[in-house]
Amino acid sequence: MTAPVSSSSTRVTRAWDVLHGVLDPEVPAISVTDLGIVRDVVEHGDGLEVVVTPTYSGCPATEVIEQAITDAVNAAGLGPARVTQRRAPAWTTDWITPQGRERLRAYGIAPPGSCASEATGANVSPIRLMARNVDCPRCGSAQTERLSAFGSTACKSLYRCVACREPFEHFKPI
Amino acid sequence: MTTTTFAPLPTTASPSSSIASTTTESIAFAPTPLQAYLVRIGDTCLIHAQRLAEWSGHAPILEEDIALTNLALDLVGQARALLTHVGQQAGFDEDQLAFLRNERDFRNFTIAELPGRRAGQDFANAIVRNFLLAAWMNVLWARLEGSGDAEIAAIAGKAVKESRYHVAHAADWLVRLGDGTDESTRRTRQAVDRLWPYTAELFETDDVDTAAAESGLGPMRVSLKPEWDALVAPVFAEAGLAIPATGAFRSTGSRGVHSEHMGYLLAEMQTLQRSFPGGAW
Repeated sequence: MTAPVSSSSTRVTRAWDVLHGVLDPEVPAISVTDLGIVRDVVEHGDGLEVVVTPTYSGCPATEVIEQAITDAVNAAGLGPARVTQRRAPAWTTDWITPQGRERLRAYGIAPPGSCASEATGANVSPIRLMARNVDCPRCGSAQTERLSAFGSTACKSLYRCVACREPFEHFKPI
Repeated sequence: MTTTTFAPLPTTASPSSSIASTTTESIAFAPTPLQAYLVRIGDTCLIHAQRLAEWSGHAPILEEDIALTNLALDLVGQARALLTHVGQQAGFDEDQLAFLRNERDFRNFTIAELPGRRAGQDFANAIVRNFLLAAWMNVLWARLEGSGDAEIAAIAGKAVKESRYHVAHAADWLVRLGDGTDESTRRTRQAVDRLWPYTAELFETDDVDTAAAESGLGPMRVSLKPEWDALVAPVFAEAGLAIPATGAFRSTGSRGVHSEHMGYLLAEMQTLQRSFPGGAW
């Protein structure tokens, strides 16, 4: 099924195309490139190195994602692939692409706002977990309320729309 | 006389790395002062996570059940990163350091290991401890972003963002409980009185701190105190809680001398790896 690879740039480009189709196992609406965690694809002689920045320190999907990336690149005949981690700079939800945000919304998850408005470094006082103004991903209403600061995965919190009464998840800005 | 051959106990998947343990014996780990500095932080994350995880399936509301275990997951991730980093210098992997060290080789602050839900402590106790420790972690991670060790700076860059959620969540609850009903106020004050004496250890100074500060690895604990106070005081004020005076008592977990509760915690935390050496997911 795989055509011969004619040049290195083609190979890297094709690897990116493959990565666009590797979905986040916990939020299967978006790909690893939508999520912004793939930082680089580097060709080393025979092999391809995919550089990934982890999302959360304790994200249980990290290993699964790395395996999925390796498998997909190898299955496309572009391997052998290996995944390496780059911790710095730390991943931020600001790296989620506009397409990724739209896909999240279509999937029923309110995408994160910009982190620029969040505190950086140590906190500003007083420290309270204030609910943010999050628009309902279904009806678009701004009349929403937070049900829980934490959700089914580390990256999400739970909200409810007061207008259309639907509960929904919000991808937390971090 | 007949001899009986016992089949070995089944192990799970093959070890995840070539240095993964294949023995139940404890490892001998004598850290350098700089390694001890990092182990202190990593162990505090790990043991604190173990206590938080006791709330899994038992929190007063489902949302809080999810929240506390989410926090524990972040803490385990931070502990993994630190123990892996130290282990690479010392020739051990993260699992060996977490599961095959003996009690005296753990360097977590005593406050992290004090009894939790399983020993009958209430939700107020969990919230107060989480707030005090999360505030300390938040201040520490922010400073470690400037660590001379690039890997530690990178770990801190991620962890500081997570710790911000941890502090904010605990602060929300502290105000809700401290400034809540008569009973929630009473219980929260009890928890503060019980736990506060153990916070002195978070700001002591010893040769480990000195070595870390001199090498540029990280700050002396004592230097975190003003920022921690600035974080804690306004939340305590809003919760209607008085900040207790600090007495002469000093806990000693960070030097490896633990409370009577630590052995039980380790027995539970380590039993799987010690029963099935080298077991991996």
